Amino acid sequence: MTGPQWIDDEAGPVVRPYALTGGRARSSGDNIDLIALVTATGAPVGNTADIGPEQRRILEIASHGASVADIASDVDLPLGVVRVLLGDLHDQGLINVRPPVKAAPLPSERILKEVINGLRAL
Amino acid sequence: MAFAPSDEPVALKILVAGGFGVGKTTLVGAISEIRPLRTEEVLSDRGVGVDDTDGVEGKTTTTVAMDFGRITIREGLVVYLFGTPGQERFWFMWDELSYGALGAVVLADTRRLTDCFPSIDYFEQRGTPFVVAVNCFDGAERHEPDDVRIALDLDPEVPVLLCDVRRRASAKVVLVTLVEHALKTLTAAQR
Repeated sequence: MTGPQWIDDEAGPVVRPYALTGGRARSSGDNIDLIALVTATGAPVGNTADIGPEQRRILEIASHGASVADIASDVDLPLGVVRVLLGDLHDQGLINVRPPVKAAPLPSERILKEVINGLRAL
Repeated sequence: MAFAPSDEPVALKILVAGGFGVGKTTLVGAISEIRPLRTEEVLSDRGVGVDDTDGVEGKTTTTVAMDFGRITIREGLVVYLFGTPGQERFWFMWDELSYGALGAVVLADTRRLTDCFPSIDYFEQRGTPFVVAVNCFDGAERHEPDDVRIALDLDPEVPVLLCDVRRRASAKVVLVTLVEHALKTLTAAQR
């Protein structure tokens, strides 16, 4: 036998997801919307002990802006875990978070017409 | 009301709901690049009586996979699709998903119409614009949209249409119908 063969993708993560957050399931990132736009601020990352490879990967993905759902899917971590990590990054001033729709419950008529035409053209 | 200027990125959210095995994943995949999105939610007291944790008291999280698709209309205008598990026990996710959603597609299978009752109730209560898309499965008896409307006791303004979620053109019609319905709802509210 050369090591445990059953630890493949099907077996799921070897590290329990919330181990990445130090066991925390809550943070200032709790209320970040699923499609909020996350953009790395480009501020220098301070003490390297504070930030893990997952956070670095998130900063990379968010360097040109990405939604929370995109980030969670890309890093292949559960949403809850990603929110905790985003909360930390936000607290450290490393990311900006922009809510998807400001001030309006529904987007404007102009935007919706654009979406309708865009979908038809797909 | 403040409108985002055209250079500000806009992200919109459309939900795809319906019973188990009704074709949510197929619909999202037919029209967008589909990717898995995992949620691992901490079980709260909302799960009590729903999630039977007897014998596994150490289990504090539950994993739910969602279908997640993205359609780029143009640079700075993106529509996200979320296929959500239809069962009532996943409502903790629905609250988050439906917040700020443009609208929802309720997929129905005429052989199991009751499966979409919870979704319809939910969107009616939230005031989220929705359409009912009846997925025409091979071998299932076809029903006219009006029959489905009566069976589901839908308001007259709710669009009901037949579709084949495997076909991109059909999936497009479903989404266009929804956005047009959302637009009508919006303009009616502004009057």
